[in-house]
Amino acid sequence: MNPDTLINILIATVAAGTPLVFAALGELIVEKSGVLNLGVEGMMLVGAISGFIAMAKTGSLVIAVSCGMLAGALMALIFAVLTLSLMANQVASGLALTIFGTGLSAFMGIEYTSVALKGVPNIDIPILSHIPILGRLVFSYDILVYLSLFLLAGIMWFLYKTRAGLILKAIGESPKSGHALGFSVIGIRYLAVLFGGAMAGLGGVYLAVAYTPMWVEGMVAGRGWVALALVVFATWRPARVMIGAYLFGGVTILQFHIQGFGLEIPSQILSMLPYIATIVVLVLISRDKNLIRLNSPASLGITFHPENN
Amino acid sequence: MKQNKLFKIVLFISAMAFIITGFIPLTFASDKLKIGFVYVSPIGDAGWTYQHDLGRIAMEKNLAGQVSTKFIESVPEGAEAERVIRDLAKSGHKLIFTTSFGYMNPTLKVAKLFKKTVFEHSTGYKQSKNVGTYMCRFYEGRYLTGIVAGKMTKSNELGYVAAFPIPEVIRGINAYTLGAKSVNPDIKVKVIWINSWFDPGKEREASEALIDQGVDVVTHHTDSTAPTMTAEEKGVFSIGYHSDMSKYGANAHLTATTHVWDTYYTKVAKDVLDGSWKSSVVWGGIKDGMIKLAPLNKKIPADVVALVGKTTQSIADGSFHPFSGPIKKQDGSMAVEAGKTLTDNDLLGMTYYVEGVLGSIPK
Repeated sequence: MNPDTLINILIATVAAGTPLVFAALGELIVEKSGVLNLGVEGMMLVGAISGFIAMAKTGSLVIAVSCGMLAGALMALIFAVLTLSLMANQVASGLALTIFGTGLSAFMGIEYTSVALKGVPNIDIPILSHIPILGRLVFSYDILVYLSLFLLAGIMWFLYKTRAGLILKAIGESPKSGHALGFSVIGIRYLAVLFGGAMAGLGGVYLAVAYTPMWVEGMVAGRGWVALALVVFATWRPARVMIGAYLFGGVTILQFHIQGFGLEIPSQILSMLPYIATIVVLVLISRDKNLIRLNSPASLGITFHPENN
Repeated sequence: MKQNKLFKIVLFISAMAFIITGFIPLTFASDKLKIGFVYVSPIGDAGWTYQHDLGRIAMEKNLAGQVSTKFIESVPEGAEAERVIRDLAKSGHKLIFTTSFGYMNPTLKVAKLFKKTVFEHSTGYKQSKNVGTYMCRFYEGRYLTGIVAGKMTKSNELGYVAAFPIPEVIRGINAYTLGAKSVNPDIKVKVIWINSWFDPGKEREASEALIDQGVDVVTHHTDSTAPTMTAEEKGVFSIGYHSDMSKYGANAHLTATTHVWDTYYTKVAKDVLDGSWKSSVVWGGIKDGMIKLAPLNKKIPADVVALVGKTTQSIADGSFHPFSGPIKKQDGSMAVEAGKTLTDNDLLGMTYYVEGVLGSIPK
């Protein structure tokens, strides 16, 4: 394998992992607040088509990203009203949100099926982007990839360095204590769920506008579920979510290269590889039970009734 | 008194509604032949279903006043398909086209219940008294596009994004390779299977992998325009499938194998109208106007255009068959002796690669 191929694989890996990074980081914040939203797939789809329509109509990436995030957040709002205000079951509501999002996005996209966009250009910084190898590996992605890194840093800082992050985690651990201390558990969870929706929407926008710049029904193709699994396997730690997402992306890309090199492995097994590899590695990372117990929000998925406290 | 008046108005309105709705089906059912189409994916503006819909529209135009058509898109293969086909038959559609392989058994099942309705199933291999099948000789187009690719490549490596390892797809890969090798014996064809008919994300990833590995012409046996778009982005050539995909890659798109159902659909509808329809197995190609190449890119030199034209002609008049010997299998053993040609049955059951294709067929 020549170095050029290797660099190409790495670059493609980052692109394939980025939608997962967005969606999984959003879900991580949601789960840290103690809410389990299984509607990621649906929110990503609605975000994808909203961003796509905005991009097709205006040609502005900023507007596309805003619309996608807003649409994702609106979807999350439905979930929040159901589970936080009306105290509905989180698992059932999340599943319903995914099914609803699949249908809604297909309906919104009727006029846009198979329409193609130009895509998002890769950045080109003078000098930096032209350094051999390093320039291509570090300074030649589209702007949304850098946004994902920026968001990762922001979320890590928020979770580990700020008081607000501490409050969020406290509410995820023990909403009762948070409530007793005078924090609005429901209000904070609302914010977390909306943020998660916006991030899922952003992941969808990345897929539909930058990654494969076209709209196709159901184009998220299970990535929402992968994002959900990543959060758990990454033991609710942002940096590990990122590693898991790139790992998944990397093996996805690699399976095609392996076929191209003509190795004698059935392609069906290669198609399973990303999932297997991600699960195996993340299980290895998180094989320490205490670590999981330490990191998993204690009240995850449990409905909180402020009146009863 | 007032209530009485209101009651009369309501009665009048409901009577009118009854009469109007009662008449609508009558006026429609009386003269035109109702024709139903079942599509596996949304129509969109390129691809398998899009081509069928072009055929439907052309037929409606050719037989204006005699037929009315209805289509149902995105029908999943399986139980849901049976319901859709039955609904079409029940609502008086006397001719129903089902356009995906997976509709085979549902079509046959419904056909048993509606013996007076004519069913036409695309790409299937089971027929009955009121179910005919039809398909195109895609491989003829593949051979021609192979010639173009073989002439235009500089790296002598061609890429092929393929869906599932079934004879139909393998036949296309082989025809493409034979076409390319006929003008350029050094050609190697790299195949990547994505195990999906339609997944733009995977199609893009596979195309990228091929291009990264040195391929400079990408073609595909999948449904989306992603391979052409990826080729355009990466500055290499592409060859489309199903539809003319040139608007997705003005520089990359060399040509495409396109399926044309216009004349076939019109003919079937005419036969049903005049009562001469009989169940049959149709496998049409260039000769029947069912396979056409999309306009050739201006970058293709005149001598290649002429060669493609000549080969098209000789396939059409039957003097040349893409699978005429000598053809060697991938392992070097003889597949077709010199002077012999594969029969349709051989073609339908093709499960080996010819020489020049790299890798192995997934089992």
